Amino acid sequence: MNSNNNILVKLNNAGFRQSEKWLVEGVSLTVEKGKIVTLIGPNGSGKSTTAKIALGIYKNIEGSVEKYTTKVGYVPQKISIDWTLPIRVYDFMLLTETIEDSAIDEALSLTGVIHLKNKNLGSLSGGEFQRVLIARAISKKPELLVLDEPVQGVDYTGEIALYELIKKISDTLNCGILLISHDLHMVMTATDHVVCLNGHVCCSGSPIDVAKNNEYKALFGEKASKILTTYEHKHDHVHSDEGEIKKN
Amino acid sequence: MFDDFFIRALIAGIGIAFVTGPLGCFVVWRRLSYFGDTLAHSALLGVTMAYTFDLNIAISVFLISSVIALILIQLQKKTNLPGDALLGLLAHSSLAVGLVVIGFLTFIRFDIMGLLFGDILAVTTDDLLVIWTGGALILIVLKLIWKPLLASTVNYELAEAEGLNPDRAKAIFTILMAAVIAISIKMVGLLLITGMLIIPAAMARNISDSPQKMVLFSIIGGLLSVVLGLYSSLEFNTSSGPSIIAAALILFILSLFKIKQSIKLKN
Repeated sequence: MNSNNNILVKLNNAGFRQSEKWLVEGVSLTVEKGKIVTLIGPNGSGKSTTAKIALGIYKNIEGSVEKYTTKVGYVPQKISIDWTLPIRVYDFMLLTETIEDSAIDEALSLTGVIHLKNKNLGSLSGGEFQRVLIARAISKKPELLVLDEPVQGVDYTGEIALYELIKKISDTLNCGILLISHDLHMVMTATDHVVCLNGHVCCSGSPIDVAKNNEYKALFGEKASKILTTYEHKHDHVHSDEGEIKKN
Repeated sequence: MFDDFFIRALIAGIGIAFVTGPLGCFVVWRRLSYFGDTLAHSALLGVTMAYTFDLNIAISVFLISSVIALILIQLQKKTNLPGDALLGLLAHSSLAVGLVVIGFLTFIRFDIMGLLFGDILAVTTDDLLVIWTGGALILIVLKLIWKPLLASTVNYELAEAEGLNPDRAKAIFTILMAAVIAISIKMVGLLLITGMLIIPAAMARNISDSPQKMVLFSIIGGLLSVVLGLYSSLEFNTSSGPSIIAAALILFILSLFKIKQSIKLKN
């Protein structure tokens, strides 16, 4: 048994072009079991595109994708439910896979929306809908979970609880998570690997490594870099603004 | 029992309603009513082909409509014309070509009104067989592709990401559309088939809170429309298609009161 058995999805120099414009190019990354990989980057930097490449939604891509699992849970960035389709939260939970009622209840309870089970999907608020989306993705106990800004519109306390939940799921289900997040706090505390995108891979590595990277600083500014580095408490050194290490 | 033309029409109509109910829901959900219209209009070509080569009307309509559907999908990929213009182009040109061909076939007497609006006198015992076996097949296939089709109706990318192959489901559904038009053309007429698909489904939307319920109510609405429509067609000597559609419209209007109620309850 080598460590490769843990690989769920692997992008090799992958890119996608839509009508002559590159949405993203040259992305290589690997999501393994039990690990959280986070994509960060400004708007339009190709985060969602990268996620869709990994999911196999885009077909005519450059480079290659190797996918070693079919048990996938996906929380897309945007879903609009048309009025013509009457659909309750309960029906939505069963959309792509038939699962036990108990698993549905458990997932809805975990994300705090069990009371909405029989509500019409169209009547939910933005934050409630996101919680349902997350519940649906985790209820099928996937091996690979792809979350595209999963907590958008969720209130502040809920946001923290949901990120804790995501971390817990990665541990308990031992599933790999590809996360797109704007929340740099989350990125720092729970992520194993960060990929910073801006049409291509700017830098990647552990959160601390990325925070020190100059390209990252150019993209997010000095403040963002400080947010990340403040989490590292057990330092025997301090960081200068330029990211240099000074021994205490 | 099948000797009576009216009983035959009734049995045919009931068979059709069982199929148009669920398919009509997807037509409404996926906004395909003009697509349905286009396929139905092209069915006239299928009818002329059936007369010319002495084929079964349903089979010949099914073949022509499937071909038109394939051409449409190809055109959508290869031209920059917007979807509705393409649909209009194919719908009206195939209707026109069909009518021109009929003009050439002077040796056959066509009942144009019957083709366009349906004719209960025209339903034969053979047609019943086609409608019920064809209808059963359509429903079985729809049941098999239900999950991917519904999931991709909600969100294509979600269905694709979680491995449901929505493109295949869509292609199969297109063929089912051609098939339902083929089995209902004699009864409802090619100008009104889309009405049979969308009006009961629209009625059902007003009184349903889940996809399954909407399908169920859509079938019930279709059945009621067929029975009411055919009896009034017999009573008032009107064409069967318009009578059935008018009955469906009345049911739709009644369903609006249910909406008003639920809006009041919410406030």
